[in-house]
Amino acid sequence: MPQQTRRQIFEARQRKRANTIAAISTIAVFAAIILLIPLTPGWENVKRSFFNGAVFAKTFPGLLEAFVMDVAIFLWCAPLIAALGLAVAIARDLRNPAFYPLRLFAIAYTDIFRGLPVILVIYLIGFGIPGLGLPRPWNSPYIWGSLALVLVYSAYVAEVIRSGIESIHDSQRNAALSLGLSGGDAMRFVILPQAVRRVVPANMNLFIALQKDVALLSFIGPVEIFRQAGVYKSLMANFTPYVGAALIFLALTIPATRYADYLMNKQSKARS
Amino acid sequence: MKFWTTAAAMMLATTAYADTCATGKTLTDGVLTVATGNPAYYPWVMDDAPESGKGFEAAVAYAVAAEMGFGADAVTWVRTSFDQAIQPGAKDFDINMQQFSITPEREEMVDFSVPYYTSAMAVLTTKSVVDGGAMAEVSSLKSLIWGADANTTAVPMLQDLIAPEKDPLLYDDNADVTAAMQAGQIDAALFDLPTALYLSAVVLNDGALLGQFPADRSENPDQFGMLMEEGSALKECVDAAITSLSESGKLAEIEAEWMQATTGVPLIK
Amino acid sequence: MADLVLENVQKAFGDNPVIRGIDLTISQGDMVCLIGASGSGKSTLLRCMNLLEPIDDGRILLDGDDISEPGKDPQPVRQRIGMVFQSYNLFPHMTALDNAILAPRRITGKSKSVLRPEIEEMFARFGLADRMLHYPDQLSGGQQQRVAIIRALAMRPEIMLFDEITSALDPELVGEVLDVLRDLRAQGMTMVLATHEMGFARELADKVCFLDQGRILEDGTPEQIFESPQEERTKAFLSRVL
Repeated sequence: MPQQTRRQIFEARQRKRANTIAAISTIAVFAAIILLIPLTPGWENVKRSFFNGAVFAKTFPGLLEAFVMDVAIFLWCAPLIAALGLAVAIARDLRNPAFYPLRLFAIAYTDIFRGLPVILVIYLIGFGIPGLGLPRPWNSPYIWGSLALVLVYSAYVAEVIRSGIESIHDSQRNAALSLGLSGGDAMRFVILPQAVRRVVPANMNLFIALQKDVALLSFIGPVEIFRQAGVYKSLMANFTPYVGAALIFLALTIPATRYADYLMNKQSKARS
Repeated sequence: MKFWTTAAAMMLATTAYADTCATGKTLTDGVLTVATGNPAYYPWVMDDAPESGKGFEAAVAYAVAAEMGFGADAVTWVRTSFDQAIQPGAKDFDINMQQFSITPEREEMVDFSVPYYTSAMAVLTTKSVVDGGAMAEVSSLKSLIWGADANTTAVPMLQDLIAPEKDPLLYDDNADVTAAMQAGQIDAALFDLPTALYLSAVVLNDGALLGQFPADRSENPDQFGMLMEEGSALKECVDAAITSLSESGKLAEIEAEWMQATTGVPLIK
Repeated sequence: MADLVLENVQKAFGDNPVIRGIDLTISQGDMVCLIGASGSGKSTLLRCMNLLEPIDDGRILLDGDDISEPGKDPQPVRQRIGMVFQSYNLFPHMTALDNAILAPRRITGKSKSVLRPEIEEMFARFGLADRMLHYPDQLSGGQQQRVAIIRALAMRPEIMLFDEITSALDPELVGEVLDVLRDLRAQGMTMVLATHEMGFARELADKVCFLDQGRILEDGTPEQIFESPQEERTKAFLSRVL
């Protein structure tokens, strides 16, 4: 083993010290939580209402089954959001004056849908448009609720992609144009591939948020996991099903969040 | 100000009814705190004003209070949601009445009084669905698209009584159920009969009551009880009051006064 | 045949005039070097020739056609006039080969496999055969700049513009890029260079133009400019850089 330098010895000692402190303080905090909370006077009641083993066992399979609906809604919304978000981002960047109305529309669209609470859009579109008198199956809350999610999330995705487009230096566009490529080709082959790649982590965070907001569709009828948990809660006068639902969400969103963070870190390292 | 009225009420109560079964068991001595919904709906509470004593549940509340030894001025009202009613921790009401159905599962978490009302379940729909051929027969109802208020026992009853072919859609409250019906997203919804009567007559544009499942039709009829904290000391007292009102015929009188006759609604075969 | 003629070309950024009336003729096979201090307008003038910057006044004629006419589509002109930049500007998400093939593929509509042999040959010619499938960030600065030249040449331009293409390079890498230029010169490519490589300009240029404050203050053969400059400012500039 090669001789350690003075710097390495010093740093190893520092690291050891930091790890010890971190371990001790972590143990202390967890011990306090585990030991002290059960001592509070209301703990037994809270445990019965929120962490009820019997209720959990009874409702968890039903919750898992309902979660399939969340995943399905997510799966058909996500590609539509990616496509519409991209289209709006490009529309906002159109320089040809003939497309000015389209550009104006794209700006208004992103402003409006980023400015509205998701639940409001779901109500307005989910109940409002079918209320115009559409025949079945075209008045389905699945269609219009999903459309509401697509509209809101596309606005966010469009903004993220646009920020990506703007982060690509103009010299790239100039290089493409100087080769005789059209503006459209420069966007399609040179700017967009780089821009989209650059905003993958930011978009992943949006899609994680989408996975959670799918639950909002329950307000207009679909019985997905959040609604199913509510039904169980109501029938058993117990909040444990919500905890079960939370665990199911976390099982999906925590790995996804960590992965997005990993990508983000990797990217910021690559650029520095 | 509130302190003084409360203090006055307390003095009044303690002097007038020196020793009743409720003494020392309420949140505030000498005062019965009753919770209702926000808002409270016809015909359970008229005009969302329970203090008037008008409406079935408001009237029952005052009658039960009187039976327990509380004068009308010793009853105060608070508002809670269903979730607030069942959350752990100190309650801010003595009794909570907003058409809570008594179920064995709920009984494990909270206390219910003996039932003060047994409701038939009714099928709320629209005239256009009736025109479309829906009939008051279970076999005809199965193929409809159903909705219900997710916070009610109508959800399991729907499976028990009808077992629809398609998964029902569930909503947060009456307003959303009727909105979905108006939008044509659901054909029919299951409610307790009084609520169904109200929604079909007042809220829906072309509402119709297709029929009812009378209370004795179901093995587990929809019975409403007053909700209390688990292990409430007051339960015995409330039960005694309701039983006495029921035996004296007073409860039936109140029901007759505030609840619409339901005999006009056909039975579902 | 490709003659590029500039007549009284003017260009301002806002209120700041950068090119103040330049006349210049570049004939087929010419190599013209633009020299001058930073900010004298060399880069802007090159970008005007390629129509990356629209000119405010004057005319630019390519084989007699006015290519600077406002509103005219610059795309066909750019296909005939290639340009290489100081900072390479390769597309980082494509391999060196894809960088070079993109424009011919899009403009001729030919498939990659049809175009590839010819492009591969260029890579081989400039000593990059084994670097073709590398991404730009896997290449040295000199290699990247040579790929950028190949990318411009892939369009078979009639004129090439070089904007200080060795300025961003480490000194030991300058030589390999200048060798490429020598090669092109030997083949008779019409070229315009903005450059600080005075030795190179002296060695190869047909004409050297000294730009000062947006004007061509003095031009002539390398001998005239480097050995007997007439203008005081030219002398001052040369004494600083030589």
